[in-house]
Order: sequence, then structure tokens, then C-alpha cells
Amino acid sequence: MKGLKKQIDKIKPNFEEGGKLSKLHSVFDGFYTFLFTPNETSKSGVHIHDSNDSKRAMITVVIALLPCCLFGMWNIGLQHFMAVGDPSRNFFSLFFYGFFAVLPMILTSYIVGLGIEFIVAQIRGHEIQEGFLVSGLIIPMICPVDTPCWMLAVAVAFAVIFAKEIFGGTGYNFLNVALVTRAFLFFSYPSKMSGDSVFVSLGGQPAVDGFSGATPLGQVASSGITQVTDTLGNVLSNTDIFLGLYPGSWGETSTLCILIGLAYLLLTGVGNWRIVLSGVLGGLAMALVAYNWQTPLYPCTYLNPLTQISLGGFMFAIVFMATDPVTACRTHIGQYIYGALIGIIAILIRCYNAGYPEGAMLAVLLMNCFAPLIDYCVVNLNIRKRMRRMTVRNF
Amino acid sequence: MNWKKSFIPLINPLSKDNPVIVQILGICSALAVTAKMEPAVVMAISVTAVLAFANVIISLIRKTIPTSIRIIVQLLVVAALVVIVDQVLKAYTYDVSKALSVFIGLIITNCIIMGRLEAFALNNTPWASFLDGVGNGLGYGIILVIVSFFRELLGSGTLFGCQIFPQAWYEAGYMNNGLMILPPMALIVVGCIIWVHRSINKDLQE
Repeated sequence: MKGLKKQIDKIKPNFEEGGKLSKLHSVFDGFYTFLFTPNETSKSGVHIHDSNDSKRAMITVVIALLPCCLFGMWNIGLQHFMAVGDPSRNFFSLFFYGFFAVLPMILTSYIVGLGIEFIVAQIRGHEIQEGFLVSGLIIPMICPVDTPCWMLAVAVAFAVIFAKEIFGGTGYNFLNVALVTRAFLFFSYPSKMSGDSVFVSLGGQPAVDGFSGATPLGQVASSGITQVTDTLGNVLSNTDIFLGLYPGSWGETSTLCILIGLAYLLLTGVGNWRIVLSGVLGGLAMALVAYNWQTPLYPCTYLNPLTQISLGGFMFAIVFMATDPVTACRTHIGQYIYGALIGIIAILIRCYNAGYPEGAMLAVLLMNCFAPLIDYCVVNLNIRKRMRRMTVRNF
Repeated sequence: MNWKKSFIPLINPLSKDNPVIVQILGICSALAVTAKMEPAVVMAISVTAVLAFANVIISLIRKTIPTSIRIIVQLLVVAALVVIVDQVLKAYTYDVSKALSVFIGLIITNCIIMGRLEAFALNNTPWASFLDGVGNGLGYGIILVIVSFFRELLGSGTLFGCQIFPQAWYEAGYMNNGLMILPPMALIVVGCIIWVHRSINKDLQE
């Protein structure tokens, strides 16, 4: 490590002002601070620096995403070999099938997203922000495994430019970048983002008889059955649903892995427990309401509340996307309201809007828009309350 | 010099004083009719015609209109012209008229028209008003055509209904972008045009 630092320090003057490569200053700076903790101290006054800077917070979230990510890769393999009628493969061939299926997506997402961030940082003369580290991994995880890479590239470019950079870059976006990417894909290329044929990677091989690639929520929404099945028509038990052994956007099926990630986020203090708690409670409450007044008109209301929230992208959206500190509410009371409304709206859309089998994406995006308003109301209510307390009345 | 000056009302609205991207007027119809190029062009011509003639008529009678009822008079003139345009479209291009449906009628409420009548025609001679009407109509039309060009090309892969992208692209996996057909994308395209326009004309930046 010391040798590397020496080497890098040697080429450093090239990138400083007046150096040969001073135009690439921000690129150099980005890599430098990525490798080494900055050693700079403030020149005036007394400051306390928290070692937990945004790079470290981002890496924590990436680590929390890893269980979902690894499980998702294995699950892709599992679904693939089930679909082509070859279920006796060992763990590694399942895992590596999935790994190589999603590797191009992850690379596309990072290369396009980071590329745009680097270019914009160069143009503006900013330092390179690390905001895309998390988004770049979440984006492929919330897309179907068969999403073509060029579509992903277009969507990532759109989201990074129009949801983030034009508002000022990392920390200034009011919409979650990963969800904007997914929304763009969803509305632009609906046939590649929903339906029965995109969630299981067949890899060009013919599927066995009786195969159906519909996700559990897709099955419920389209055919109105209440017993969700896997791709071969076997009924999924609650354990299967909790573990995530069904087709779906590949990173978000396993509730267990999401909970492991959540535990890690909460232990390290990076995640926000208020949003997660109120989100899950809001979702459960809405699911309970739907379950209580179930109607054949909306088949999704037949799902029992716990199954309801473990299916689809609900938990993933609550844990990893609703808690995005940039787009969520800042005030504590606001965070409870924000989370609860996300939970309620997600289940509301899922149950009562036939056009969308899953509503978590739209719910989070909608509440992203309202987060500043909620904060404003909470702050002003507090000010008014305190004003009333301090006003001296004339008797 | 004097001759050049008289054409300022015609030239200015094309770029520096564009009604859509500088004054941000008429956005609603710019979102609604730009999914395809053909209706966009027809809409641009209709608005130009209505605006030019309304400007001339109001300018001719500007000294006789009592100030207190001038809005009603303006509306009456515009409404009459819009009905004429509507009938002409129905007679000669029935399909496009169907596609534009209510938006031809809604030219009456287009804020560009009321804005130009109030701001220009009431205080200027008929010739200058005519040029101003044509200029603003074309300024509006240019933006409509640019927006609809991108929306039709990327959203349907066609221009004026002719396929542009070769069939081989679709077989290779290319797909039309469905979001381009939806109104939100029109807003983003207009935003991009404003972005480019303001980075060229630095004096317009706030």
C-alpha cells in the first residue's frame, strides 16, 4: 500500500493546477480519495470531522446490498435450470449462470452512470461525487434479468442527466435516480419490463412444458388466482416466498436477504429505522384493509398481508430506496409520515390498479415529490407550536 | 435601415423573443399535439394564420374598441377565425383534423394569441401587427416541429408517417421508446431546447 501511495504521489503534480493533466484534476482526485482517506485538515477554526464521510456511507449500503445481489444471481440460475428442465445442477453452476447473466447489466450501469458523472464533474470543475456507487448497483437489481443492455444504458443516461445532474449532482436530486431509471424503462419499453417472458432467463434454450414465467404478483393480477405458484406450477409455500425462490426483478425477491441487509444498515447507523418501520407498518395496514374487504374484482386483495409485503419489490423499495437520505424527509415526524404513505400507496396501487401489478416504484417516486412539502409542514407546525408557548398574553 | 427595422417584429420572435422557449407560453398545446409531425405542422400553420389575421383585425379597429370590453372583442375575433380554420381543416385534411380534435378549438385559449393582441396589436399599425403575428406563429411553429421531430422519430420510428429506421434495426433488438409518445417527454424535450437555446444566447440566462 505504501509503495502504491508513493507512486501516486509522484504523479500527483501532473494533475494540480498548471500541471500537464490539470484538466483531469477531478478524475485524479476521485480515485485518490477512493483509495486513501484524505489527509487534509481545516486551516482555520475548530472543526470536528466525522470519519464516516459519504464514500463510507455508500460502501456500507453496497455491502448491505450484497446478500440480495448474490442470492439474486443464484436464483437466476435456479429459475433458468428449472425452466429448461435441468434442475439437478450444483450450487456453483446455478450461481455462475446468474453471475454471467447480470454482469453485463452491472457493468453497463456503472460505466454509463459513472462516465456521465466524470464528464459532468470535468465540465463543472467539481470533485467527483460518489453518489452513483449505490445507484449503479441497485439499478440492475430492480430490472428484469433479460433487460437488453442498450436499453439500460439509455435509461441510466436519462436518469443521471435529467434526475440528478441538472439539479446539481449528488445530494441535490429530488427523485431517486435508480427508480427514475426503472420508471423510464417501464414506460418506454413496457414489453421488456413486465409480462411473462422477461423475468426468467432462458438463454435461448426451449422451456419445458407447462412453464410460465409470470411473477407471483403478475399471476395474481392477470389470472385472479390466490395460490401463487413457481414457474412450473408448483404452489409456493410461505417459506419459499420469504426466501425469494420465485421469478422477479432479480435483486428484490428475497425478503430474508433484504432483512440481512437491513440489519447491517441499522447496526452501522446508515439506514433510517423510522422510514423502514413506518413503511412496513403502513404496507401491512393497507394490506390488512384490502384483505378484510376482499373482492373478486381486485384479486390481489386475497393475498394475506404478510405474503403481500414479502412478494414483489415492496421490501426492497422500503429498505433500500425509501431510506435514500437525499430524497427522503429530514424531520423525524416527517420520516414517519413519509414511510407510512409509501407503504400505503405501494399496496394501494398493487391491489386496486389493474395496470400495475407492483406499485412500490410509483409509490416511492410519488412520495419523493412530496417529501419537501411534508418537511415544510412539520417544521412550520413546530414553529407555530413554540411561538404559541412563548407568546406572553396580556391579561 | 428603416426597412430592416420594420421586420424586427417578424425576426425577433423566431429566437431571441420566442413565445414558447423564452416567454414559456403555449406550452399546453405544445405538449398535446407534438406526438406526430403532421398534426404539429398543421397546428403551427393554423396558429400562425389565426394569430396573423387576428392581429391585423384588432390593429385595424384598435381605436374604436372601448378599453373596458377589449378582451371580449379580441375573443370574438379569435373565435371567428378559429371556426374558419377548423372548417377549412375539416374540409381539406379530415384525418389531421380528427387527430387534432379539440386542440384546434382550443387555439382560442392559446395564451400566445391573447398575449400578442394585448401587447402588440392594440398599439401598432396593421402591417407591423401582421408581421408580429406571422413571426410569433412561426416561432411557435419552429418549436412544435422540433419537438415533434424528436418525439415521432424516437417514439414511433417514423417521420410524417414514413418509416425512418430500417426494419433490420428492429430485428436486431431496437425498440421504439414508448415514453416519447407520452406528454411528460414533450416537456423534457422542450426543456432540452431551452437548455441549448440559453447556452447559445448567454444574455437570456437568469
